[in-house]
Amino acid sequence: MRLSGRDVGCVRGGREVFSGLHFKAASGEALAVIGPNGSGKTSLLRLIAGLLAPASGSISLEGGEGELTLSEQSHYLGHRDALKPALSVSENLRFWRGFLGGAPSNPAESLAVVELDHAAQLPAAYLSAGQRRRLSIARLLTVRRPIWLLDEPANALDASGQKLFAALMGDHLARGGVIIAATHTPLGITARTLRIGDAP
Amino acid sequence: MTALGALIRRDIRIALRVGGGALIGVLFFLTVVVLMPFAIGPDLALLARLGPAILWLGALLASLLTLDRLFTADHDDGSLDLIVMSRTPLELACAAKALAHWLAAGLPLVVATPVLGLLLNLDVGATAAVALTLFAGTPALTFIGMIGAGLAVTLHRGGLLLAVLVLPLSIPVLIFGVAASEAAIMESQSFGAPFSILCALSLFSLVVGPFAAAASLRHGLD
Repeated sequence: MRLSGRDVGCVRGGREVFSGLHFKAASGEALAVIGPNGSGKTSLLRLIAGLLAPASGSISLEGGEGELTLSEQSHYLGHRDALKPALSVSENLRFWRGFLGGAPSNPAESLAVVELDHAAQLPAAYLSAGQRRRLSIARLLTVRRPIWLLDEPANALDASGQKLFAALMGDHLARGGVIIAATHTPLGITARTLRIGDAP
Repeated sequence: MTALGALIRRDIRIALRVGGGALIGVLFFLTVVVLMPFAIGPDLALLARLGPAILWLGALLASLLTLDRLFTADHDDGSLDLIVMSRTPLELACAAKALAHWLAAGLPLVVATPVLGLLLNLDVGATAAVALTLFAGTPALTFIGMIGAGLAVTLHRGGLLLAVLVLPLSIPVLIFGVAASEAAIMESQSFGAPFSILCALSLFSLVVGPFAAAASLRHGLD
């Protein structure tokens, strides 16, 4: 599998955010997108996820499952964590397992991996920011997708959480997955760097 | 199918929990209809004549009241991004969300109608007729309203815009819903014709609504 972008440009609200961006990532590779605030890191991830249309250039995926589009094979972990405060932790996770489909898996196991199993019956409204992030990470584990698009994944995670997530990303890469992460802090895995905007 | 089932179950569950929209619509419906006899006065014949129209107007406003959260809640917490990216066609996901909304917020209006019929001096037959027309017509209100909800999704406080967009489109439903209920009460007019048109409006919106809403959601992505 090989994800590549050629000459990608992005325009938001009439302003050019970036242009002429080249990148590629093959199976087992991670790409860390770095750049100052407002340089378009989130926009790039949303372009790859198919949530925005590129103003120029193209993003393509070779290999992978032929009949599925790039966005259907991707997980997007954004700033907004897609959790319903009225539902419990395990209800949130079971919903995404049921809706996103894929291979059957046990949500309880994923909760145990992210150390949230003690809070499974708690409404998501009572979770802290770090716990919400851990629950979002559990979604990545419950439903398998080869491409992970991560926007500031380490935000709000404590030191042990960051270490845990680095190990999970390592597992994902070892399984042949692709990770593209917008980040300000080191990911804790070997990753190539894609710099956008002016170098800080 | 499992994906759509999961979406419907989740939306109904959220609507029925604290802070969900299901009860708000019914309470609003109750309030509007209960206030009417006080405003109009104790003229029983007049109340019975206006009854179907009052019930229909209450149901229309109540369903608009809860519709603006149909997509904005998912948009605000990022769920909509994942729904758009998923392997389920967005049109089907929209239809599932609208169906869940109707089950949680539209069907209770139909169930509440017999109780409110008493307040408006409607006899059993008339109440049953209004409940039947509401049962046939409220899906049209939900599925037409969904188009407005899709258009207003990125706007904060889009509720008023939703009402302005959707009310003109729901006028035919109101006309034929009230006409069918009154025909059933008067027995001088034909019930079949307006009721068939009402059902046709519902079926039409069932087909058009999901496509229009999905198109406006895709267009409004940011």
